[in-house]
Amino acid sequence: MKNFKSRYRYSAILLKQLVKSDFKLRYQGSVLGYAWSLLRPLLLFVILYVVFVKIFPLGKGIPHYPVYLLLGIVMWNFFLEMTTRSTTAIVDRGELIRKVKIPRWVIIVSSSLAAVINLILNLVVVVAFLFINHVDLLSTILWLPLILAQAYIFSLGLSLILSSAYVKYRDVSYIWEVILQAGFYMTPILYPLSRITNVTFQKLIMVNPLAQTIQDARYSMITHKTVTAAQVYNGGWLKLVPYVLSILILVIGLLYFKRESRFFAENI
Amino acid sequence: MMEQPEVAVEVSGVGKVFKLPLEKRTSIKELFVHFFRRAKGYELQQALQDITFDVRKGEFLGIVGRNGSGKSTLLKIIAGIYQPTKGSVKVNGKLVPFIELGVGFNPELTGRENVYLNGALLGFSEKEIAAKYSEIVEFAELDQFMDQKLKNYSSGMQVRLAFSMAIRADADILLIDEVLAVGDAAFQRKCFEYFRNLKRDKKTVIFISHDMNAIREYCDRTIMIEDSRITAEGETYRVAMEYTKLFTEDKNKTVGSKIDHETEKRWGDGAIRYIKTIAKPKKLKDEKTLEIIAQAQAYENVETPIFGFSVKNSAGEYLLGTNTKIKGVKTKNVKPGDRINIHWTIPNIFADGKYYVNPAVERADGITECDWVEEAEEFSVFKEERTPYNITPDIKVVVD
Repeated sequence: MKNFKSRYRYSAILLKQLVKSDFKLRYQGSVLGYAWSLLRPLLLFVILYVVFVKIFPLGKGIPHYPVYLLLGIVMWNFFLEMTTRSTTAIVDRGELIRKVKIPRWVIIVSSSLAAVINLILNLVVVVAFLFINHVDLLSTILWLPLILAQAYIFSLGLSLILSSAYVKYRDVSYIWEVILQAGFYMTPILYPLSRITNVTFQKLIMVNPLAQTIQDARYSMITHKTVTAAQVYNGGWLKLVPYVLSILILVIGLLYFKRESRFFAENI
Repeated sequence: MMEQPEVAVEVSGVGKVFKLPLEKRTSIKELFVHFFRRAKGYELQQALQDITFDVRKGEFLGIVGRNGSGKSTLLKIIAGIYQPTKGSVKVNGKLVPFIELGVGFNPELTGRENVYLNGALLGFSEKEIAAKYSEIVEFAELDQFMDQKLKNYSSGMQVRLAFSMAIRADADILLIDEVLAVGDAAFQRKCFEYFRNLKRDKKTVIFISHDMNAIREYCDRTIMIEDSRITAEGETYRVAMEYTKLFTEDKNKTVGSKIDHETEKRWGDGAIRYIKTIAKPKKLKDEKTLEIIAQAQAYENVETPIFGFSVKNSAGEYLLGTNTKIKGVKTKNVKPGDRINIHWTIPNIFADGKYYVNPAVERADGITECDWVEEAEEFSVFKEERTPYNITPDIKVVVD
């Protein structure tokens, strides 16, 4: 028991320092520094507003479409950042892993927390725009932490799988890049789900836990006119599929990572 | 249940096999070609075999062996970084997770930030590091540099900081790999002081080094690993000698002790050439003298040639030498077909190691070389009395 406690303590200390140094290194050499964490989503919002509200008004009929769009992009970017950073995280920390016996999961969690910090900063911007756009405060916003937790669980599961596989096969990062490209268009980020008239396509799209969490987040925060998984599957048992899938991916990730991590040091 | 509390590390039957991919698949085509038979694309490399030993609490254990013999792999298995393929390792006590100095240092972070990061790797919380901070900086002598990025440090400064961190490690068992390979004399002195403290505090230490003087001075017991197995184990003095022998015997195989007639190691106009050069004995222990017997053959008429020789050590330093002119020995004129025997007697002042004899002969002008043979003969020295110096003459001492 004492051993467990001291191991946990070591992991916690390490995690804190890794996250800190990551954060310090992130905007090094840039004049504006940490301000970029807020500037990036702001500028992104300007672009989205010009393109999808003024030029291609895709979101007709959706109230507060610009913020709706921004939230989707912010969540997608979180997913993208976390999985791509984590993919190479183990190999990037190769020197450490080959020379010190540190709990390997700390590395993945630290790179995931970097993405979480960014997500929180981005959400601050989203909330600011909620007020600017005079979006009514919905009581369902209380669900948001749970929805984000689910997105984190799903991303973490994938991160664990990707990072372990990357140690053995460097092709993983290229394959993942392609999958992300496809995923971006197969997730209702730029277009509202209601624009897809084929019900089967709608159902297939919503199997993806990321599509489901993005829609749920929009529903809880911005407008109840968002189409959620529950609606797509007509309230049937199938609506649980994306939730179960998130947990399943995490469990697979944990098991795979645990098995592979014993050999990280020699395989890197 | 308590189990043998006096044993700190128990290594039993450890073997390690590395799977090395036969060829790196770098192109898409290769990837496809190999995709269906990837399981076969490995070469097995036996890094360690059947390694069994105990380290008692408070023991300073040395591990020696040539590069690539498997000693660092063994240390990593003990540290838990590598998994053994066979056997097991039991560790009783807190093991320092470090193998080398300065692990995890990030060149883009400042000295201060690196101290906290490195401290976390050693298991220290921010509070604990803050308490030790001034001590760390003072020891590293880096007061004015702590807010500079590590990439602007000289390598000596980095090593000082790394070492200053490493010695704070609060552990019962320490694994030290080749720390002495880096740093200058002042750093090495600090290292030795630290080792003495470890010994005084009865810490358990496993120490890898190529520096036999350090091994001899600090290790209670030493293990030699050669070709992935333990080939010698026990008293440090004996194992260190085995290790030194490893190199001298190896050179015998590759260099050879005959005169090679056509290499860049030999030059001269060939008027007189050495036929043989023999050191007697070839292995010196505590003999008083070394004899060098050389024979040369004349091919032309040469007036009063000068015969000489020099001796160099395995590091290539010329230690001593002389010639017949310096010695004031008159030589006769030679004519073709003459054979000349030269016999040198040298006091055995040599320290342990390997030496080469370079005989030479030149014309009376002292400029024109007839024959110069580099490394014509070699001999080695193993003395009962040993010092770390270049020469070990017979020194008498009286203490009143």
